[in-house]
Amino acid sequence: MKELSLNVLDIAQNSVVAGASLITIEVIEDASKDLLTITVADNGKGMSEEQVKSVIDPFYTTRTTRKVGLGVPLFKMAAEMAGGSLDIKSKPGEGTALTATFTLSHVDRMPIGDMEGTVSALIHMNPDLDFVYSRSVNERSFSLDTREIRQILDGVPLNDSDVNLWINEYLSEGLNEIL
Amino acid sequence: MKSLEELKAIRDKARANVNVRGDNSDDIRIVVGMATCGIAAGARPVLNAFTEEIARRGLENVVVTQTGCIGVCQFEPVVEVYVPGKEKVTYVKMTPDKVPSIVTEHIVNGRVVEENTIGAYTK
Repeated sequence: MKELSLNVLDIAQNSVVAGASLITIEVIEDASKDLLTITVADNGKGMSEEQVKSVIDPFYTTRTTRKVGLGVPLFKMAAEMAGGSLDIKSKPGEGTALTATFTLSHVDRMPIGDMEGTVSALIHMNPDLDFVYSRSVNERSFSLDTREIRQILDGVPLNDSDVNLWINEYLSEGLNEIL
Repeated sequence: MKSLEELKAIRDKARANVNVRGDNSDDIRIVVGMATCGIAAGARPVLNAFTEEIARRGLENVVVTQTGCIGVCQFEPVVEVYVPGKEKVTYVKMTPDKVPSIVTEHIVNGRVVEENTIGAYTK
């Protein structure tokens, strides 16, 4: 992975497979603490303690197509490379939350990259799921909640082309506001 | 800032289109491989380029969607195009700059862009 937003996309895909109906993505840059925190949380089927221990093993996967599962190990490696760590909290039937921390100024920290592109792609690919995205840079923040958008759209799908363009522009404007 | 009023206008326009179009069983499907291999190779900007190009051209009968690992990781990003009544076409080593020509040639005009297909790479 060349940027953390791609790790987030990959991790969120696990939430989709886990049957989540709501996926929350939170990105917090705090220069005063020299800390970047990225959380991906879902209300999917969750994992047992044994499974949580296994998912950081690149040779563990629940898939049957191949015998490697690289998403979580790559995210963990990216965090640890930058003086941080990856924490996984999960409970069967309730969901999973992955929180990765990074030293913001660490020379080996991967760039955040196009996080808004990741959110846009996730919404477009999974129009029946809801996403809450929030991003903050020091004191400034913005967020997007597809449940609010869905309410206004009143039956028009989230992957409608014009809706997609609106979401892209909303995300882009939101990011510009806080940078 | 984008307004909710704009979203309401989009809703009304979309509803009008659905009424005109009826069912969507004859939609063309563009399927992007979005497993770890695809994402690492650059599938996300390819998917976003397709959705933007489809929206920009106002194509109503095209759906852009995802799948998992297609099984040819060395050729990622991989995109499959399903046109009803025709054989599936697999595009490989996709980049966003290849998207407009595939939409114009294949999706709109029905001519497969041979040089980007898996057949061209495996010869």
